[in-house]
Amino acid sequence: MKSITLKINGAEHTAEVSPRTLLVHLIRENFSMTGTHIGCDTTSCGACTILVNGRSVKSCTMLAVQADGKEIITVEGLATAEGLHPIQEGFHLNHALHCGFCTAGLMLRAVELLEKNPNPTEEEIRWGISGNLCRCTGYNNIVKAIQWASAKMQGRELPSTEPEFV
Amino acid sequence: MIAEDFNYDAPSSLADAFALLHQYGDDAKILAGGHSLIPMMKLRFAAPTHLIDINNIPGLSYIKEEDGFLKIGAMTREVDLEESDIIEAKYQIFTDASKLIADPQVRNWGTIGGNIAHGDAANDHPAVMMALDAEVEISGQEGKRTVSINEFFHGFYTTAIQHGEILTEIRIPAASGRFGSAYHKAERKVGDYATAGVAAVVRIDESGVCTKAGIGLTNVNAVPMRAERSEQALVGSMLGEADIAKAAQYAAEDCNPSADLRGDEDYKRHLVGVITKRMLNKAVQRAK
Repeated sequence: MKSITLKINGAEHTAEVSPRTLLVHLIRENFSMTGTHIGCDTTSCGACTILVNGRSVKSCTMLAVQADGKEIITVEGLATAEGLHPIQEGFHLNHALHCGFCTAGLMLRAVELLEKNPNPTEEEIRWGISGNLCRCTGYNNIVKAIQWASAKMQGRELPSTEPEFV
Repeated sequence: MIAEDFNYDAPSSLADAFALLHQYGDDAKILAGGHSLIPMMKLRFAAPTHLIDINNIPGLSYIKEEDGFLKIGAMTREVDLEESDIIEAKYQIFTDASKLIADPQVRNWGTIGGNIAHGDAANDHPAVMMALDAEVEISGQEGKRTVSINEFFHGFYTTAIQHGEILTEIRIPAASGRFGSAYHKAERKVGDYATAGVAAVVRIDESGVCTKAGIGLTNVNAVPMRAERSEQALVGSMLGEADIAKAAQYAAEDCNPSADLRGDEDYKRHLVGVITKRMLNKAVQRAK
């Protein structure tokens, strides 16, 4: 067993972990933060995406011991006392989820994407979320949600959130 | 899925890492980005008893031009290649390749050294390295040695790295004069391994004659492969349409693809020909 100390959503945590414990299991089982999901468990779907020192990574493919000394953000850390994070608002207003299983991972991926590229084109968004699978929405509303969050974070005029019927 | 149990160390210097490698013997594996190794361990295809994590060793992540080489530290993450100004300006082949490797999250953590040291002909960097005539620096307790990429890949998952050694740097002859490079792979979906991939590099003199050509092929041979006959056909030519068509034809003939879920042999040969032609044209265009 190894003793590790890490920050999750700003709060310091310590744990005794076996080296083979995956980071996603540490978050879900040791700290009971179950917003981070396990989908494929093979680095394909992105449901377990979290931020480690600001970088989006798939927590099913990182060992818990590797997070020693790191700062982690999970979906539980997005909203503040003032309210939802713009990306959460964007997903809500644009109906960017149906079952919601992929949502946490997609939002954290989008947070890093918008930090590096505050005004992404649609194509950049689609490439940017290419490591996250959604089996319900067909992605269109997810792209709109990220565009909406981008506008909100940059103080631009907010795009309409009325659904398009085609 | 959880891997079989193992011991874990995260040394803070290469010297400590070498000492651990010697202490644990053949059962130890180096953990770089871990995006090939950890999935293999979870699926129990690999079961090392000791993991030596080199992520905490400083000084292994850099991209710089020095002494006539582009030098890339082994622990440089794919995302750093994607975002590097030197790479974008002069070595676009890496930008092409990085964008096609897995997905953004994987590229945030996966390393170029790991991609090469894994020794998998399905990975993208090996073919890129062959086209660029790279050499790799392998370090051990006795010092450093340099190995040409041509002598690096020995077989499926086996490379020139001996027990007790760590790949530490990749060196590429620097771009100068008219130099162009390009990479593309056909993939079934974003992030998939290549159905077939081609890396092309050309150096051209003032009169338009090709002085050096490099062509590496991804996932169409048991080990990463250089299309030698294609390269020979190009050197000394003006890189005209017929020269490029000949090189593409040779690459398609000389590769050894095996039929799998991604396609049959003929289809893959056809892809190699098409992509070779396109990448050579792109490299020539970039060399202008």
